[in-house]
Amino acid sequence: MRSGLLLLGVLALVFCAPAAAQAQPAVPQEATQQADGFADIASGNYGRIAAGATGLAASGDPQAATVLHALTTRHLFAAHDGHGLYIRENNTVTDARTGAVVAAVPEGLRPIRLNNHVREAVDAALALLDLHAPDRATRLRAADAIYDIHASITLPALDRALTHEPDAGVRQALVQARAAVLLTAPTPPPSDQALAAIHALTERSGLPARAILAGFHGATPDVQHAATEAIATIDLRLRLWSILQYLFYGISLGSVLLLAAMGLAITFGVMGVINMAHGELVMIGAYVTYLAQQATGSSSLGLALAVPLAFLVSGGIGILIERGLIRFLYGRPLETLLATWGLSLVLQQAVRSLFGPTNLSVTTPAWMSGSIAVGGLVITLNRLVIIVFAALVMLALTLVLKRTPLGLQMRAVTQNRRMASLMGIRTPRVDALTFGLGSGVAGLAGVAISQIDNVSPNLGQGYIIDSFMVVVFGGVGNLWGTLAGAATLGIANKILEPVAGAVLGKIVVLILLIAFIQRKPRGMFPLRGRGVES
Amino acid sequence: MIAVRPAALLTVAAAVLLALLNLLPAASALHVPDFAVGLAGKYLSFALLGIAVDLVWGFAGILTLGHAAFFALGGYAMGMYLMREIGTRGVYGNANLPDFMVFLSWNKLPWYWHGFDHFGFALLMALAVPGALAALFGWLAFRSRVSGVYLSIMTQALTYALLLAFFRNDMGFGGNNGLTDFKDVLGFDLHSSVTRAVMLVLTALMVAGSLMLTRAILSGRFGSLLTAVRDAESRTRFLGYRPDHIKLVIWVLSALIAGLGGALYVIQVGIINPGEFAPANSIEAVIWVAVGGRGTLSGAVLGAILVNLGKTLFTGLLPELWLYALGALFILTTLFLPRGIMGLPWNRLTGLARGLRSGAKADVAP
Repeated sequence: MRSGLLLLGVLALVFCAPAAAQAQPAVPQEATQQADGFADIASGNYGRIAAGATGLAASGDPQAATVLHALTTRHLFAAHDGHGLYIRENNTVTDARTGAVVAAVPEGLRPIRLNNHVREAVDAALALLDLHAPDRATRLRAADAIYDIHASITLPALDRALTHEPDAGVRQALVQARAAVLLTAPTPPPSDQALAAIHALTERSGLPARAILAGFHGATPDVQHAATEAIATIDLRLRLWSILQYLFYGISLGSVLLLAAMGLAITFGVMGVINMAHGELVMIGAYVTYLAQQATGSSSLGLALAVPLAFLVSGGIGILIERGLIRFLYGRPLETLLATWGLSLVLQQAVRSLFGPTNLSVTTPAWMSGSIAVGGLVITLNRLVIIVFAALVMLALTLVLKRTPLGLQMRAVTQNRRMASLMGIRTPRVDALTFGLGSGVAGLAGVAISQIDNVSPNLGQGYIIDSFMVVVFGGVGNLWGTLAGAATLGIANKILEPVAGAVLGKIVVLILLIAFIQRKPRGMFPLRGRGVES
Repeated sequence: MIAVRPAALLTVAAAVLLALLNLLPAASALHVPDFAVGLAGKYLSFALLGIAVDLVWGFAGILTLGHAAFFALGGYAMGMYLMREIGTRGVYGNANLPDFMVFLSWNKLPWYWHGFDHFGFALLMALAVPGALAALFGWLAFRSRVSGVYLSIMTQALTYALLLAFFRNDMGFGGNNGLTDFKDVLGFDLHSSVTRAVMLVLTALMVAGSLMLTRAILSGRFGSLLTAVRDAESRTRFLGYRPDHIKLVIWVLSALIAGLGGALYVIQVGIINPGEFAPANSIEAVIWVAVGGRGTLSGAVLGAILVNLGKTLFTGLLPELWLYALGALFILTTLFLPRGIMGLPWNRLTGLARGLRSGAKADVAP
């Protein structure tokens, strides 16, 4: 620990040396500041501590990093006389000024206290130290930290860092941080500097920049005008980003809907009946994920195992449903709807009895949590993974339908059941396998949904109505229709959400859908051919 | 159209009997407690919903999964009147605004609440609002020949949209909590047993009236047309009839009956909230009809009463098992009892009884 701090101090020293060499006249001033820095921190006055911390960081003193870190971790103590400054860590006391171990610990050491103002200044001071770090990422982070804090005392240090910063990206961040500092300074900068700063902040964009510009009062009308224009530009940019953000949310919701609806579309397409227990098959997929994670004790491995397992379990249950219930009701689609609804109640209650009515915690693997920022866009990784997963499932299903004998038979039965039967296709077997396939896909949807939603016995109910809408909207027997339906509904929901609110947005979508069905009673991509009933 | 007139008479007679037994002194062995009268009133309100569902599903072949929406709208209309009747007796004692509006710090009654101080207007609205919604929805749907499963899903979307809408506080219908805490109707205390007994008999009369009215409509020329539309819609159209108009008439009539049921329901149950719009409620109403016997009006009444009686008993005694029972009811009815209880071979039974009786007569006669 101590050697690490020492190393940091040495590095700071090495790195600051050229700076000191370049800025010769500044040296004596820094020397005085250095003396002041320690004394200020020891004084116990919050204002002086804040100034002292910044002064210390700007001074390039080799002890600066050590002292400031000690200050934030509350290991820094002042002597009774208000001058001596010591670091006490693990019962070792060192002199803050020299770093030497002190044998005789002075009496009456009191810890240096922090308040929010001081803490901010110390953070800025630490960022100032990092401005000279050898690692580019550290320097960039430091510049961003100063941009966020934009304390006016950091200005000289920023200027100095700018004089020898080799990296263009970091330079830009420094310029923007400097602009933020300038525009929030108590005394407004001269117009030319102010205009440059406004320009820099416009480039930076984002809510903090907008806040800084909104709080800035230009000395001349020109400057004020530039600031107002900059705010307008930033607002426009923010709005564009937020539209992209909602688009992403929409695609994400669409991918979930697609997963939930694909299985429904397959079973509906072939059998002409909507399986009301479809949501429960999704729910079972989510519970399989939970069990797989419990059994393996690992969130990643459990999730990976859950994908084939959920497909098999839900698919198996689907085949059982078809063989045990639905085949007795062929030709009576509305009755099938009622029977499967009854089945959904039984499945829900069974899961409730087995696992309890409360939400189970399915963990998200580390590689799926968190988010990445692309410009002003925040992309959460689990949603991104689900979008990719939905695309893969869709691709796999398309391949099964177009490239396998089973797919060929399924399509034949969908288009003209009797003709297919006459051509020697065993339609009951195709029915069972189709139902199993659709149910298996529902299980896959459950695996995905377990990562973003509560896993409870009611999980299926939340998705079933939306899935119906997707299938009805997209048209039957056509996966591309389902894709188009899911994407349209997902995006429409999310675009309407900020305008009308989440609930009202959903109501509007439902009403639009009801109106749409009037125009196209068989969906966007209706099935054509002689097999379609009159 | 089996046994509609006896069913209507039986309903009224049973309700009158229950009401009279309720008025007996509590010590009497035949006394019927108040809650039983309330339950019977609730079941009969549901019976009206059952008739409404049967009318469209049994006679027009439209499987509705959203009829509870019309029921709940009727309930809300009557609930608004009951809300206004509370007057200054609410928690906040505000004569101009219902409690929940005071709570939301509204200072003015929304325009659509005006007129609901009058019972007659509320009753009219309890019929007109569901009727108008049904007319609009039906006109759009039947005109463009949306049918089968698609239509079912659309009715479900309709009630789902209303469910979401009524959950919103801004709608001005009490949001999540709905309308409740009613005091009296037309000046009669809602909690007194006399009011409840009268309401039960009134509801029974409404059920009987609906049964007789629909029977009259269905047994005429219109009934035959409806059967034709149900069984061969295209052929009926080719013969020059307008199936969309025929369906629309029965659809709106059905919504009116459902709305009436909702209005009677809210008076007797004392609360209406957005949960009544839940799609599951509509589907449950369909199973009442399926159990009783699709296409038989008396079966709808029978099914509504039996299933709800079962629900009350089950949720009281074995709450865990109710969903299993309901689910099994759905599955077993569709698989093994496609024509419901009324579709059982009763004729053979009655025939057997008649045979026995005539046999006995034969014994006596000679």
